[in-house]
Amino acid sequence: MPTEIPDTPRTHRSLWMDVWLTFRQHTGALIGVGVFATIVLAVFLGPFVHGVDPQYLDLQARNQGVSFAHPLGTDNLGRDTLAQVFAGGRISLAVGFAAMFLSLVLGTAVGTLAGYFRRLDGPLMRFTDLFLALPLLPLLLVIIMLFRDTLRNAFGPETGIFFLIVFVIGITSWMQTARIVRGEVLAIKEREFITAARSIGTRERRIVSRHILPNALSPIMVSATLGIANAIITESALSFLGLGFPPDFPTWGRLLFDGANFITITPARVLWPGLAISLTVLSVNYIGDGLRDALDPRLRDT
Amino acid sequence: MNLRHTLSVLAVLVFVAAFARGNSEPASQVQDRHLNILYWQAVSILNPYLSGGTKDIEAASMVVEPLAHYDENGGMVPVLAAEIPTLENGGVAKDLRSVTWKLKPDITWSDGTPLTAHDVAFSGAYCRHEEAGCAALASFADVSAIEALDDHTVRITFKVAKPWPYGPFVGSLSPIIQRQQFQDCLGARAQECTDQNFGPIGTGPFKVDEFRANDVINYSANARFREPGKPWFRTATFKGGGDAASAARAVLETGEYDYAWNLQVEPEVLERMVAARRGELLMGFGSQVERLIVNQTNDDSSLGDQRSLYLDGTNPHPFLSDPAVRRALSLAIDRQVLVEVGYGAAGRTTCNVLPAPAAYASAANEACKTPDPVEANRLLDEAGWARGGDGVRTRDGVRLSILYQTSTNSVRQGTQALIKQMWEAIGVETELRNIDAAVFFGADPASPDTFQKFYADIEMYTNNFQGTDPEVYMAGWACDQNPGPHNQWLGTNIPRGCSDEYDALVEQFSVTPPGEDRFRIAKRMNDIIVQNQFVIPLIWRATVSAQSSSLKGVRMNPWDSELWNIADWHR
Repeated sequence: MPTEIPDTPRTHRSLWMDVWLTFRQHTGALIGVGVFATIVLAVFLGPFVHGVDPQYLDLQARNQGVSFAHPLGTDNLGRDTLAQVFAGGRISLAVGFAAMFLSLVLGTAVGTLAGYFRRLDGPLMRFTDLFLALPLLPLLLVIIMLFRDTLRNAFGPETGIFFLIVFVIGITSWMQTARIVRGEVLAIKEREFITAARSIGTRERRIVSRHILPNALSPIMVSATLGIANAIITESALSFLGLGFPPDFPTWGRLLFDGANFITITPARVLWPGLAISLTVLSVNYIGDGLRDALDPRLRDT
Repeated sequence: MNLRHTLSVLAVLVFVAAFARGNSEPASQVQDRHLNILYWQAVSILNPYLSGGTKDIEAASMVVEPLAHYDENGGMVPVLAAEIPTLENGGVAKDLRSVTWKLKPDITWSDGTPLTAHDVAFSGAYCRHEEAGCAALASFADVSAIEALDDHTVRITFKVAKPWPYGPFVGSLSPIIQRQQFQDCLGARAQECTDQNFGPIGTGPFKVDEFRANDVINYSANARFREPGKPWFRTATFKGGGDAASAARAVLETGEYDYAWNLQVEPEVLERMVAARRGELLMGFGSQVERLIVNQTNDDSSLGDQRSLYLDGTNPHPFLSDPAVRRALSLAIDRQVLVEVGYGAAGRTTCNVLPAPAAYASAANEACKTPDPVEANRLLDEAGWARGGDGVRTRDGVRLSILYQTSTNSVRQGTQALIKQMWEAIGVETELRNIDAAVFFGADPASPDTFQKFYADIEMYTNNFQGTDPEVYMAGWACDQNPGPHNQWLGTNIPRGCSDEYDALVEQFSVTPPGEDRFRIAKRMNDIIVQNQFVIPLIWRATVSAQSSSLKGVRMNPWDSELWNIADWHR
């Protein structure tokens, strides 16, 4: 990358140090990191502070409001809303990130290969079109029906479904990333610094990993942040159709869905999971925004 | 990523998520003589002979009519027939092998042609055709011939003496369709006649103006309806889609619709909606029972296509075939809690699969209304099921681990969670699964998730029967009704349990005239099913619908189509 060649005499800084220095100046991104870290910490450490079993049905305490024992109230079966939000968060975040990561790897790989190697462009992009043209819901239904019992026997109902859902969401949401990355790669590979790198005999593998991918990072980051939100929402849609996690297994999407009918009675059931999803997506978007700026050498403050 | 984008993501999330279930159907203008009906399961066909779905049958009942209806008390009232044939008036033959119906004179179809006994005979032939795949075939059980004696008389002959000859053409399951319209639609062609199936010509108070499958039906009043001045409404819209809670809201809170059907919604939610005072709830206790079906066959996925097949008893369930386990499962359930949390006034605890009519209801099983986890634990201990380190009971390497499935519905998921906790207390592990209602009840032989396939240990749903005679309903648990590939999994003995005594009683029942003997046999059949815990009854459910306050004349009918007297509805 151009900035790595020191054009002015100054102390040497690594790429990631540069990135961090720029990132630090992006207020939104910093707040995003703060909020996101809070959510993650709360979700994973919360159960140690508020040790109520999220599955326990306390029939004496149905549809309760805020109280000391139940800081966010209870649902219509007497389950503690706060404990459910914690438990749901662990699943939703895990599903969101794992599925996003899978789709990102797939999408970037396909997009880069298609953009960089002309011979692969046609076949790979037609393959992408094929996936885009597939009606996703029926495809998901078929995949889940075919593999649900196998995975359930191998890993147990919850882990098995987790793998399946991550896999299913991952392989059905990489196409947008692939298209965006391909476009970016096509543009970048015609640039002078690529020609320069090639002229000094850099291998193709190095050109892709050292020069093209870092420059294509910003669209990848953007689609990654959107991917998390998408994965969380797809998971709740699957749960609704009865193809996701078992119904007593809380995820943010399912809590929101189950609480919708009770919005006038116990608004907390809708408010908190909804807020959690929104804040997660928003903060991840801002982090992505900051990273994009920090990774873009043209915007970086040198 | 700019601010606008993030904001829109936020906005979409909050609104879409929170109101995803709200039905966004724009309010049709409530005109004075226009009736708006909302069924949250959309209607897919208007020919009741080709659909098992209640929503289709009820939508069609506004157009096509049977010879007689059941009223809200379960009594029969003549519709197209001049009177109900009985032994006393000579309509039913002395040997009980035939019944003769007389039609009311001067009834015309909505196209102006007269209704004749030939239409009745044709309707029977249409359904009884071997290739038709008629959904109402059970109504025509044991019929050997249906013939028109003259233009207004039709005789139905049975193969056996039939003490209850009111199967064919009584109730909205088997109405009279027009011969002229359907004569080219017999047998395998039945499904191809889209125009006919989507717009049957009828004798009822309304006629179909427009039908959009799985969406909406527009009706207008049938000007040739036999009762002058009826129906009061000039037009009607029958809208489908959404879910139970949003349907209730559309009638009770926002007043967009006049009538909404089948509201399985938590009682506290309904209560809030009723408090808006725009409408009221209607409840009728018929024969609906929410029940657990206990699989008597092995559903292990390693069995491949042998899963959940009876195979002459060679495929028993690894632990549910043990009567002690089944009994313990039933004893552990506190039915009163299930009613309070999920049903309120719309449910009562029951221990019978046949809770009504009262004369048929057994009194031998009332003990199950009081839960007894101590006794359940004792039974399991005695049978050798010992608790392991994780609290789950095992015997000879078999774990008491149950896969418990039902359809997706907030109330049902609540019941599932409650029962799971109750079973945990007796050392039974439960895995819950919910399946979209369209798939679960879809009867698609290719899907592994239908309630008939039953690839689970226990499943829960509601069933009932139309009319007041349980003959067809009770015969459904006979051994020859086990679902499997030989009957496209349409067999009705879902638990796949067999009892020789039961099969003998089914035969005896079909030839026993109404009276003490008939009641006794029905009770005994109910007791066999329930005391063996092939089926664990939970809740006797009312049919719950909602009507707007301005609507008058609705008589909630749990024995027949809810819209049976729609001609009398007015404001």
